[in-house]
Amino acid sequence: MNELIPSAIQISYLVAASLFIIGLKQLGSPATARRGNLLGAVGMLIAIVATLLDRSVLNYEMILVGILIGSGLGAIMAQKVEMTAMPQMVGLLNGFGGAASALVAVGEFWKVIHAGAVPPLDETITIILSVLIGGVTLTGSLLAFAKLQELVPGAPITFPLQQPVNLLLLLSFLACGGYLIANPSSQAAFLGLTALSLVLGLLFVLPIGGADTPVVISLLNSFSGLAASAAGFVLANNILIIAGALVGASGIILTEIMCRAMNRTLANVLFSAFGSKPSVGAGGSDTRTNQDKVVRSIDADEGAMMLGYAKLVVIVPGYGMAVAQAQHSVRELADQLERLGVEVKYAIHPVAGRMPGHMNVLLAEANVPYTQLYDMDDINPEFERVDVALVIGANDVVNPAARHNTSSPIYGMPILEVDRASHTIVIKRGMSAGFSGVENELFYEDKTVMLFGSARDMVTKLIAGVKEL
Amino acid sequence: MTEALIAGIIVFVLATFIGVEVINKIPPTLHTPLMSGSNAISGISLVGALLVAGDRNWSLSVILGLIAVILSTINVVGGFLVTDRMLQMFKKKEVKA
Repeated sequence: MNELIPSAIQISYLVAASLFIIGLKQLGSPATARRGNLLGAVGMLIAIVATLLDRSVLNYEMILVGILIGSGLGAIMAQKVEMTAMPQMVGLLNGFGGAASALVAVGEFWKVIHAGAVPPLDETITIILSVLIGGVTLTGSLLAFAKLQELVPGAPITFPLQQPVNLLLLLSFLACGGYLIANPSSQAAFLGLTALSLVLGLLFVLPIGGADTPVVISLLNSFSGLAASAAGFVLANNILIIAGALVGASGIILTEIMCRAMNRTLANVLFSAFGSKPSVGAGGSDTRTNQDKVVRSIDADEGAMMLGYAKLVVIVPGYGMAVAQAQHSVRELADQLERLGVEVKYAIHPVAGRMPGHMNVLLAEANVPYTQLYDMDDINPEFERVDVALVIGANDVVNPAARHNTSSPIYGMPILEVDRASHTIVIKRGMSAGFSGVENELFYEDKTVMLFGSARDMVTKLIAGVKEL
Repeated sequence: MTEALIAGIIVFVLATFIGVEVINKIPPTLHTPLMSGSNAISGISLVGALLVAGDRNWSLSVILGLIAVILSTINVVGGFLVTDRMLQMFKKKEVKA
């Protein structure tokens, strides 16, 4: 019987890993996604129960207390979180996962040291990796969370000599790591490594902000998986390695999709501190010509008239809609327009919002049928026959400069081509530039009119106006 | 390199390939749920936490392990529940439409 238990645990891990793979597969299709998520949860449950059978797990009371506390907090968070705050939630959970993996490695190191043993070379190396990835994931995610929650300014933060400082830290990390490999029981070197990892995580996210957040969140998601994998190497535990690798792969794929949607490389997103300074290229000549041009501002009644008498209206939501929590009002406006026989579609840019798929989730919350949501490639050819494009809190993703102004920092980024519609209404709080720091030429075009105000107020006024038609 | 390490690397590389193949095509509507769902799976570090926290005798390791148990349980439970909450919204709409 006693010999059977270790094999039973390994078989359970295999079952759990298979469930993770099938679950992830099913998460990729709307029809099966919910079942996929459930399969993942079942796999997790099997893995946990199997681990509790392990001979070395004896501390049941305390573990039970820990699991109860964690489950309670997790359940409360999942229930309470606003859909607009999903990016923060995922960021925070990433951080917790990374922290747990790092703690596992630190705990294992301490266990070996205090047993009076010297960790073998490959264990030391995996522990170093585990602490690095876990630590970076922890502080990086917490900073991303703080930026999204606006506890710290969301804009990229830079300081002089930033790259040299980062390089220096990385070199110290390598030096510390080398020392620990030579002296595997050195607690000072180990603490140094831990501290350096935490600082590196902060510095890595500090210069990234605003509209680049979807990339960072995806990348940290990938890291949280790799951290689990690294912890798996430390403990020689296959389920950790497999599950971590799966998550690592999914995070990397999403990161790549986001980068492609902005026509930038990952390195450019991570290291260029994009949007931190007003760009010189677009400044000079462009702003001057823009000053000569006129911005046409209208009131909500006029806007309602334009929308109400249109045949086809395309709504382009952006982060501004999320900030103003305007998704429900937007849906109501669409309902009113449909009542008048107007066809309404939604155009979603891949990097709209602060995480991949952010807009889709918000509109789903407001009960917008997902058959009305169109990806960039599907909707762009249609703009020619669109009567009114209604841009709500989006900016860079509709800037035509991306198509033709080679000196613009966003040149080459695929955009939603709202400027091809017969008319464009832009709801925006003011004339400020988008995250990229570039002025939006769209606002100065003859076909464009501006509705200045918060997304929710303006949409509510539009609803009232449309109702009176 | 020890045999265990080699075996681990083999498992890791193959699992990565599976991950890339399985997730490759994913509609934008599901980007957020995929992220929070896979995030919950990364809470698998709970298994490692249990092994580290399992010792009956108190030590720094056990305390760190228990903290890891709490954090990764939040990750697992919060991640799966919030993903389900989101997917439920997608579903409700499907029935309506």
